[in-house]
Amino acid sequence: MNSLIRNTARCLRSGAAVYMPRQADGRVWTSSARFLCAAADVQKALGDIVQKDKVVVFMKGTPAQPMCGFSNAVVQILRMHGVDDYASYNVLEDSEFREGVKAFSNWPTIPQVYFSGEFVGGCDILLQMHQNGDLVEELKKLGISSSLLEAEKESK
Amino acid sequence: MLPSVLRCVRPVSTSLSLSRPLAHFRPHMDPDPSRPVERSIRTKLTDQLTPDHLEVHNESHMHAVPPGSESHFRVLVVSSQFEGLPLIKRHRMVNEALKEELSSCVHALAIQAKTPEQWGSNPSLAKSPPCLGGSRGDHTVEEKLKAGRE
Repeated sequence: MNSLIRNTARCLRSGAAVYMPRQADGRVWTSSARFLCAAADVQKALGDIVQKDKVVVFMKGTPAQPMCGFSNAVVQILRMHGVDDYASYNVLEDSEFREGVKAFSNWPTIPQVYFSGEFVGGCDILLQMHQNGDLVEELKKLGISSSLLEAEKESK
Repeated sequence: MLPSVLRCVRPVSTSLSLSRPLAHFRPHMDPDPSRPVERSIRTKLTDQLTPDHLEVHNESHMHAVPPGSESHFRVLVVSSQFEGLPLIKRHRMVNEALKEELSSCVHALAIQAKTPEQWGSNPSLAKSPPCLGGSRGDHTVEEKLKAGRE
């Protein structure tokens, strides 16, 4: 927490807007967080970020080019369930944003997955949810029909 | 932008099969005195979670970090303290026990947290996905490696 206090004291820019470009290749978009400065701004921005989309992933790299095996596993699992419409944020772009993400969820590692503003867990949890069928159920609660469920129906 | 993605070379001798049904018959792995982080992880998880079964695997060699690093770990904890708790709470308990390591030298921690019953019906260690080289050139990882060496 000390580093958060140092960051807040160091940065005198307040009210900095969050710059979030939209990628050309579709709905999945990443954030450029370099305009986030004060730690409090990061926490506030994160509060908005996780509420804004049903499925939010903080990861290393992008869904098109993950930079970490665990982040890639999250991307692949979502892809397997046909979840294309989610917001992803590349924590490698900004170290203050990265630290802010961990502080916000009180979770020490990346990737991190949120469903409807609620922290779900990291790669391990998502994988286990995928394996035990819970992920299909949780997606249903979000109004997302997993393509694995549809595939299963078709095979019957 | 970060340098192009390189796949890590994983030595064949340390490849894990997807499930190891006889894992629970393995002799208890003695902590290596030359690996202080592994020892610390083992001690803290034992003290705080009183596991029936515990495995601590240093997977740093599978990632883009120098040989001998203690930065990437996989832990399997079987404890009755997890009874009735959702996965997220179980993982938070493990994170809490290891918060010092996670804030200093440990960069990645893969967790399996099972009750004794769950372990009995499926005694298998999960396998980590292949590294995509993200630790290379990541200054946060470099800082953690430095913290581990000091």
